Amino acid sequence: MRHIVVENLSKNFRVAVRQPGLWGACRGLAARSYRTVQALDGVSFSIDAGELVGYIGPNGAGKSTTVKVLAGILVPDSGRCEVLGRVPWRERVATVQRIGAVFGQRTQLWWDLPVIESFDLLRDIYRVPAGAYARIRDELIELLDLAPLLDVPVRQLSLGQRMRCDLAASLLHSPSLLFLDEPTIGLDAVSKLAARDFVRRLNRERGVTVLLTTHDMDDIEALCERVILISKGQILSDGTLEALRAQVTPERWLIVDLLEPEQVVSDPDVTEVRRDGSRVVLRFDPRRVAAAELIARITARHAIHDLFVENPPIEEIIASLYSRERA
Amino acid sequence: MRAYWAIVSARFRMLLQYRAAAAAGFGTQLFWGLVRIMILEAFYRSTTAKQPMSLEQAIDYIWLGQAMLMMLPAWLDIEVTAMIRSGTVVYELLRPLDLYSLWFSRAVAARTAPTVLRAVPMFIAAGLFFGLRAPASPASAAAWLLAVLGALLLTCAISTLLTISLLWTISGEGIFQLTNTCMWIFSGMLVPLPLFPDWAQGALNVLPFRGLMDIPARLYSGNLSPGVAGALFLHQVLWAAGLILIGRLLLARGARRLVVQGG
Repeated sequence: MRHIVVENLSKNFRVAVRQPGLWGACRGLAARSYRTVQALDGVSFSIDAGELVGYIGPNGAGKSTTVKVLAGILVPDSGRCEVLGRVPWRERVATVQRIGAVFGQRTQLWWDLPVIESFDLLRDIYRVPAGAYARIRDELIELLDLAPLLDVPVRQLSLGQRMRCDLAASLLHSPSLLFLDEPTIGLDAVSKLAARDFVRRLNRERGVTVLLTTHDMDDIEALCERVILISKGQILSDGTLEALRAQVTPERWLIVDLLEPEQVVSDPDVTEVRRDGSRVVLRFDPRRVAAAELIARITARHAIHDLFVENPPIEEIIASLYSRERA
Repeated sequence: MRAYWAIVSARFRMLLQYRAAAAAGFGTQLFWGLVRIMILEAFYRSTTAKQPMSLEQAIDYIWLGQAMLMMLPAWLDIEVTAMIRSGTVVYELLRPLDLYSLWFSRAVAARTAPTVLRAVPMFIAAGLFFGLRAPASPASAAAWLLAVLGALLLTCAISTLLTISLLWTISGEGIFQLTNTCMWIFSGMLVPLPLFPDWAQGALNVLPFRGLMDIPARLYSGNLSPGVAGALFLHQVLWAAGLILIGRLLLARGARRLVVQGG
């Protein structure tokens, strides 16, 4: 079953342009000039029930706009969109009843209320039956270890604690579809791992469909089998992380720990990426030279303590892709 | 219905926490009430012409205005303002609720909680020491309560309309100052409306603003007989209904052109 279908979605924003300086400000009073920003330019994809999809792209690529259209908040200029079988902006109320969302930079909890009262309020807003509510709430409290936080006003929570509460708040009405917009932003390593682990379990055990927007490639690598990459309002790639890697660059990295730190490793088929003391990171193209052959050549010429081959980190791939797009 | 009621009650409880603001406001309003009464007394003493309102009624009128000051839609809903500025308003739109009713519910809480906090001490202080009398008759008291209900509907309709205007202006200061000036003069907060010249009475009677303050206060003091309460309530409700309709239309348009701040 398809949970999200998006076809050829476009959305423009008209932004008032302010001329710089006092003269510009005065002119702006009489005649405003506008600039059109194309936030979405023919976006198409579909997501099946139970998928966990990463939605990535540079700042301003159109990620948040897409999520807001899917959640019925924004009305697109053209294109077709169905979420859980409904057109979100036409049947906003019915659609959002089955959607949960966490925007990492904002909280949906009531700032001055204790956490548990925010939860109770959400129960009333989503009209969750009392019995189901008690069960789901207690489950979430246990899974996310919220018991010590329930009576604390939200403004006194740390960011990590708040994020756990926000995750719980987004799930009290048992949504079938969850939007996570940078859910790990600003979290420490332990909180990040906890949040990831929770999202993974939610997806695997409950079958909740998750669309994850993030800049944290570790989130993507840890959670998503499928990644959709958007830039300047257009989908650049849609597939597995491996396919994305292959599309961008076939290169591999050979990491060599030398016995003598000053040695220079030179070979026509490699270029040096960086060097930390005795560790040298080399880049090579496996289509030009086989890894085994390269290793044999280098071990023959240099005294080596250890050596291994790996894929370049996904950050590097994405960074190179983004900069290629900007150019 | 239960969802909206839950929001009213949560916001109400939250706003009851602002006791220091209420205490400070009480002091200020007491002071201004006394100043306005002194001015009115000087005016009544300097004239021999028969006024359309007795001095005692005018004093009731002033104290009721001071006590119910927070009923006026003269303050932005700080929570919604902050949400629109920061973009947190996305969460409001993510709820399976009618956005107009949601913001109207917020307005109900935002108008009633501070009013309760200030009106109770003001009624006690003004009643004991500064010449506020009890309602003219039990019928006047009932008429006053009905008019307060009408005023609440009206003030929430105006508040919500102003909140919706934030979708266009973001800050809202300009529109607020404009409506505030109108409201201050035409609701009777500055000078009791019966003391306005005769040629102004027609317009004052038609405008919605007297429903906020003037109608309840005059029913309370007996300046208007309880017999006209029904017609006056209708005036309040019709205006409220019209403003609610305008608000809904504007919101439907505003939501279409919504740009969420901050990505």
